[in-house]
Amino acid sequence: MPVYNAHVEVTHLPGIADPAGATVERALPALGYTNVAQVRIGKTIRLTVEAPDAESARAQVHEMCERLLANPVIEAYEVVIT
Amino acid sequence: MTVRVGVVVFPGTNCELDVQYAIERLGGSAELLWHGDEATKGVDAVVVPGGFAHGDYLRTGAIARFSPVMHAVGEHARSGGPTVGICNGFQVLCEAHLLPGALQRNAGLKFLCADAALRVETTSTALTNLAQVGEVLTIPINHFEGNYVCDEFTLDELRANDRVVFRYVDNPNGSLDDIAGVCNAEGNVVGLMPHPERASDALLGSEDGVVLLKSLLAAATSRATLLV
Repeated sequence: MPVYNAHVEVTHLPGIADPAGATVERALPALGYTNVAQVRIGKTIRLTVEAPDAESARAQVHEMCERLLANPVIEAYEVVIT
Repeated sequence: MTVRVGVVVFPGTNCELDVQYAIERLGGSAELLWHGDEATKGVDAVVVPGGFAHGDYLRTGAIARFSPVMHAVGEHARSGGPTVGICNGFQVLCEAHLLPGALQRNAGLKFLCADAALRVETTSTALTNLAQVGEVLTIPINHFEGNYVCDEFTLDELRANDRVVFRYVDNPNGSLDDIAGVCNAEGNVVGLMPHPERASDALLGSEDGVVLLKSLLAAATSRATLLV
């Protein structure tokens, strides 16, 4: 069975405070970057998954996100399969 | 009758002996429940204590909720059994969907270890049945992820149904609506960030947690009587 690379990006849901992102957003202008906004800090999870095709790999990783990798109460996630 | 309280221990839990000591000092019997156990062994109440279950990897409580014991804790909680999550235990109960919302990083991005003044907002719970509404208790907090958050719909529901159990008098961590603790719809499952067991002896600087632990023992006694 083929092996797919999954790249999962977990970020705060819109509207959920991101204290680390807000702190970085306040720090960047101090370095002269006064044109920066909407800094959001999240995490990246990479894994490989053995699956019959890319679609079933994607479905499985989505399920992993719902159950463990992300907390849907406060986090959004994006899955890229290659 | 001595009521039996089960204290859940995950790898990384570190407040289980404090909770056990405080419960036994108040006349209860407290036994440790290892996370690999598949049963709560017929205890009358369950406490999920503080610490860093499974290293808090990924998210606080995210791994712990899948421990075998959590299935039994869920059954105990859903059947009306008094269940309390303290600090990391609160995070675990949220991840396990036994309580709504989530705890995220403190707004100030600092680990907080300090006394906190809490206002008791309801007495219809397993942890506050002997307290008074409006009573202010001084109980220590000790956390990095204590910033309570939930969606607007959930917040409305918590407010409308008297499910905010404690509010901080002076919000230390950015929690939504100053929330320090919440309960489920039935009031038998309660989660809070502050540590009542660390305020259970004058030697520790405060005995304000005693009324909460006594409330838990009272709830456990009613449960035991009910099931006899």
